[in-house]
Amino acid sequence: MTEQLDFPALLPYWPQLLAGLWVTIQLTVMATAGGVALGILGAALRSGRPSALSRLWGCYVELIRNTPFVVQLFFIVFGLPNLGLKLTAGEAALLAMLINLGAYSTEIIRAGIQVTPKGQWEAGRVLGLTRSQTFLRVVLPPSLKRIYPALVSQCIIVMLGSSVVSQVSYEELTFAANLIQSRTFLSFEVYLVTTLIYLALSIAMRQLLLAAGRKWLGGTA
Amino acid sequence: MTTFTDWDILRNLLLAARWTLLLSLTAFFGGTLVAMPLVMVRLTRRRWPNRAISTYIELFQGTPLLMQLFLAFFGVALFGIDVSPWTAASLALTLYTSAFLIDIWVGSINALPKGQWEASRCLGLAKGQTLYRVVLPQALRIGIAPTVGFAVQVVKGTALASIIGFVELTKAGTILNNVTYQPFKVFGLVALGYFLICYPLSRYSQYLEKKFNAAHHH
Repeated sequence: MTEQLDFPALLPYWPQLLAGLWVTIQLTVMATAGGVALGILGAALRSGRPSALSRLWGCYVELIRNTPFVVQLFFIVFGLPNLGLKLTAGEAALLAMLINLGAYSTEIIRAGIQVTPKGQWEAGRVLGLTRSQTFLRVVLPPSLKRIYPALVSQCIIVMLGSSVVSQVSYEELTFAANLIQSRTFLSFEVYLVTTLIYLALSIAMRQLLLAAGRKWLGGTA
Repeated sequence: MTTFTDWDILRNLLLAARWTLLLSLTAFFGGTLVAMPLVMVRLTRRRWPNRAISTYIELFQGTPLLMQLFLAFFGVALFGIDVSPWTAASLALTLYTSAFLIDIWVGSINALPKGQWEASRCLGLAKGQTLYRVVLPQALRIGIAPTVGFAVQVVKGTALASIIGFVELTKAGTILNNVTYQPFKVFGLVALGYFLICYPLSRYSQYLEKKFNAAHHH
């Protein structure tokens, strides 16, 4: 038999969903900031002279980009304690997201740097800037501007991917949904509402980041 | 009490990897079948059908794949149909894949200069002929690299089917970890399994991109 959907029965649980949403937002903000910083570092390394470190970073990027996030998460949560590295669920979740976004953003930002004309580097150096000054002040800003939409999309993918960290008992939005589901058995209703919350979050995040890009990077995006 | 040798772990993971491959192929071909007619609708530029398709794309690209799997799993059950994890995973991944493929393919077709359409029409070709004989062969060259690249996302996406209880590579890894308590080895091997499937696809995609980009600039 088909059953009636019962959305009002979820009303008493909205504080749990809200608390979960807040955790998801915090996790996303930290992962986005850290992951993009990691990406800038990686892109600088990968765009410079070839070295052992830049090759190693290349391996890291390929390894992360060609394995699922959930496996990376399990490896960190279950595997690392074996090496004596004890992490809480929250630390492990954040670490997994950082490592993941770090790899993707390295590739995205590097693509932006690659198409920046070589003359920019030379001009910066001729004007007496050091290599790192040239990178940070001359090459990086237009490169970021160029790939900004792709970077924003990747940050949103990481936010959506954070739903997976519920699987290691970190109490974010999906975890809250699972909990409510197990109490009310209103599976479809709970997950539909949660899905819509994620949708709203991804739309808001895109608008916010694109507006921030217009403000700080100027022009397009 | 049975003990698991390394060979047992490897053997079980290899057996489970077949399901990862099968689910990936199902999602990819299913996604292709769903995407193709919708791409055609997009090309007509009719207002309401296009809005509906945009919403469809936004829904699947703007929500977690995990939620889509849960909704497929519990949603189909609402109609009184008992769904297996396999069915739910195939359904969710098919729709998810189609939403991305529409974007990629419509983008590839739109990347062609408008003059191609106009020139063909001037030469007296019908709209359908223009599409099949002039536009699509060229769009295919543009679209193939990102399509292969997206296949990597599909393969990685199948790992989430483990969460609704479908026993593929990741789920097998979880089970094996529970009996062997060797997470480092087990999840290391699981990751290696995915890498061996995805890395060649990634490289092929990069190769295709270079090849067709080079052709473009001459």
